[in-house]
Amino acid sequence: MGLNIKHKVAVVGAGMSNVMRRAEETGRELSFYAVKEALKNSGLTIEDVECVVMATAPDAFDGVHMKGEYLADGAGAFRKPYMRSYVGGGSGVFAIIHGWYMVASGMFKTCLVVAEEKMSSAQPHPQAAFNSIYDHTLERPLGVNLLWIFALEMNRYMSVHKIPLEDIALVSVKNKRNGLDHPCTQVGAEVTVKEVLESEIMAWPVHRLMVSPTSDAAAAIVIARDDIARRVSEQPVWIKGVGWNLDTAFWTNRDLYYPDYVEKAARMAYEMAGITNPRKEIHVVEPYDPFAYKELHHLEGLLLADRGKAPELLKKGVFDRDGELPSCPSGGLLGVGNPIAAAGLMKVCEIFWQLRGEAGKRQVKNNPKTGLAQAWGDLMQVGTVVILSVN
Amino acid sequence: MEPKVIRGRDLKRDEFEKALKVEYHPEARYAWDAGYAVGKFLEGLKQGKILGVRCRRCRRILVPPRAFCELCFVPIDEWLELKDTGTVNTFSISYVSMDVKRLEEPEIPAVIEIDGASPGVGILHKLGEVDDPKNVKIGMKVKAVWKPEKERTGAITDILYFKPLEE
Amino acid sequence: MSKVGILGIGIVPARALSSDVSYRELIFEAAVKAYEDAGIEPFDVDTFVSVSEDFNEGVSIFDEYVPDQLGAVLKPVHTISGDGLYGVISVAMQIMTGMFRIGVVEAHSKASNVLNHLKILELALDPVYLRHTGVDPRFLAGLEMRAYMEASGIDAESVARAATHQRTNAIWNPLAAYPGKFSPDDVLLTEVVAEPLTEGMVAQPADGAVVVVLASEDVIRSQKKNQAVWIEGMGFYTSEPSFDTWVWERATYAELSARKAYEMAGISCPSKEISFAEVDSRYAYKMLQHIEACALTDGRNPAQLLRDGFFSKEGTLPVNLSGAHMGIGMMEEATALYQLAFAADQLLGRAGRMQLSDPYRCIIQSWRGLPTRSGATCILSRD
Repeated sequence: MGLNIKHKVAVVGAGMSNVMRRAEETGRELSFYAVKEALKNSGLTIEDVECVVMATAPDAFDGVHMKGEYLADGAGAFRKPYMRSYVGGGSGVFAIIHGWYMVASGMFKTCLVVAEEKMSSAQPHPQAAFNSIYDHTLERPLGVNLLWIFALEMNRYMSVHKIPLEDIALVSVKNKRNGLDHPCTQVGAEVTVKEVLESEIMAWPVHRLMVSPTSDAAAAIVIARDDIARRVSEQPVWIKGVGWNLDTAFWTNRDLYYPDYVEKAARMAYEMAGITNPRKEIHVVEPYDPFAYKELHHLEGLLLADRGKAPELLKKGVFDRDGELPSCPSGGLLGVGNPIAAAGLMKVCEIFWQLRGEAGKRQVKNNPKTGLAQAWGDLMQVGTVVILSVN
Repeated sequence: MEPKVIRGRDLKRDEFEKALKVEYHPEARYAWDAGYAVGKFLEGLKQGKILGVRCRRCRRILVPPRAFCELCFVPIDEWLELKDTGTVNTFSISYVSMDVKRLEEPEIPAVIEIDGASPGVGILHKLGEVDDPKNVKIGMKVKAVWKPEKERTGAITDILYFKPLEE
Repeated sequence: MSKVGILGIGIVPARALSSDVSYRELIFEAAVKAYEDAGIEPFDVDTFVSVSEDFNEGVSIFDEYVPDQLGAVLKPVHTISGDGLYGVISVAMQIMTGMFRIGVVEAHSKASNVLNHLKILELALDPVYLRHTGVDPRFLAGLEMRAYMEASGIDAESVARAATHQRTNAIWNPLAAYPGKFSPDDVLLTEVVAEPLTEGMVAQPADGAVVVVLASEDVIRSQKKNQAVWIEGMGFYTSEPSFDTWVWERATYAELSARKAYEMAGISCPSKEISFAEVDSRYAYKMLQHIEACALTDGRNPAQLLRDGFFSKEGTLPVNLSGAHMGIGMMEEATALYQLAFAADQLLGRAGRMQLSDPYRCIIQSWRGLPTRSGATCILSRD
């Protein structure tokens, strides 16, 4: 790997739809909303968009084969170069990476990045569609359910580090409270540790209030090469670093207590961004939080906390909006909602707004210059990381 | 600028029930080729054996078997029989079904490190004959409970579950 | 912009069945061959892309199962929901950023494991407007074929000839699953799918795997390859995504992506500057339509040119000498890379009985199949 990168690339616009349990709109319509919103303040129009990238999670949710093709016109791709990339739950953050390389390659000057999810189409519940992510011969016949892998990983993480459940419940409390200030929230709420621990057990140690909901939504960003970005935007937000990494599918042969793939993705992004001390140089972070423990697990993988020590920092308030390193100021997946691919890109949108000082009631207090968004997916297997900066 | 106009209307459950919808039941059917390595593993299960493989380069003993070492990127052709006992690496006590319906009796999925395989190398299965789920512990020794020989089909479900092993 | 070329290719011959191996084992074989051809180890590779669609695999989030058989554990890996050429373009763009030097594209098909192909295709149709017609979903191809034939003045016999052209060519391609000697009448007399489309005009499913290693110019030069194959131009477009806005008589996606690729390669007169072409032909009429879309006919009727031998091995502009979809087999996202591999061999003088004399540049064009209006093109050339 070299680091001889030719073109600087910036985000110049971001937008999203409402996040909902059952959207009246189709996935195409939600994509359209997000795209319109992202273009609105970008200084660019749909005519200026040279290519489009789409991220959306498994086709099995919507029951639409080649879903990217189905969504194309809603995403503004009519008669445009259009590609869908895919790394499961990591896709939302991967989408900006995909857009980055399309522009950084010199092939295109601008790119519209769209992420969409409509989970409510699967009835009675989209969880059933998750069965098909497991090995078809050795795992599916056991009657697997999606919660299993999370519960297995969480148990391993807690047991190795001796982390009490109360500490993990604090993530739900923080993120759901943060989510109350997000204009698009589906599940923002004021809850207590006690309520989290008393919520019903889904798959021990996972309790209902430690799980993000199923959601419908879309998010979009507009990115441009430096010459365009400087011309059209007063405050371009630069893509400083990108990283992605995928571990083996033999997940029962790995120790799940630590996400090596997230660390490798983070190191790749830090290296590209020239960051040597992430704990000082990252000012705001949106780690992926589909389950409460995942935020802590990911903060450790991102090298923003020592292994097993993220819970202590959480208790000290380090990750609060007015803390030293605000984490999930948007509310994240637990506090806003989890429209899978759109949730990842929503995190990128949040960093964009935070760095531009446009996050309204959610604005963090430490005047951030550099931020990081991360997503995760597959069989506890993939990490996707982007570092944005106004410098 | 963070969104000022929020577009997208959330339907309440009764609105959703009443809304015009198109119903479609996907019919996607497959018959996946198990291939050489998994095929042989399934044959072993039918005979009541858990088979593993050893990579000649890194010497790891692996289960489930594979035709190549994913780390060394060399073919694997050395087979050995592992024990049908193991250690719980991690577990869960699941109270919901695949489509999030409540279960009367919880299921206990676990990653079980198989005796004879390299440390940390396990498979996904379930635990059974557990008196009280609260007593399940990481590090607990377990043993496979097999289907009667005549009922085995060469599938992972030829092992019914793993049960706690008396110390 | 740094130049990207092909460092190596590994292929498993296409076959109707591959029941002795799992998809992992199938891909592993292609990967081992590709790394050997490239003179590298997988550990030398910086980035990996697999092209796949979940419903073709019967696995959700298929990228989970990608890294192991490529030697890509704990590496940058992602999937593209596109055909093989989209994968090639993705990896080429990643190399062009300056961040990576060697990248890998993998495409495969286990079509034999899908028990109801037409139901999967139906799942790709618009759920509200198109799914409930109760007819064979390939009716869309029937509609398109008729619109194309009327607009371009082509009869069904010419379409049948396009089918036999490819299956005959496949006789000399050892990687092809469906070689055969047929007359146009044989094709016309097969069962009707959706008039005027008959079964003989539809490519048959096959299993296979391809791995292509791409690299930056400095890597390829340092490997001291006497002759290398370069990617000179690339294009990919989605034209009219929804059936209600389709241009039925033309392959607009192919027109747009070919134009972009020619522009990048600095080609102003494709019919003169291209030595041979490999185009998508999932349905036989698509070969003729795609030849036109790639601006290779100079306004002449492609059916007439086909009859005159213009597209044969001895012709002025050979097309689909590999056998393409009708001859190699329909491998969803993988067939275009079989065509790319064949094209690379042609450029390097390694195409055996089908070798052309001194070809120097070609176009490869792909389509994502029904019901899409998406496709890609690559221009390859040799030193």
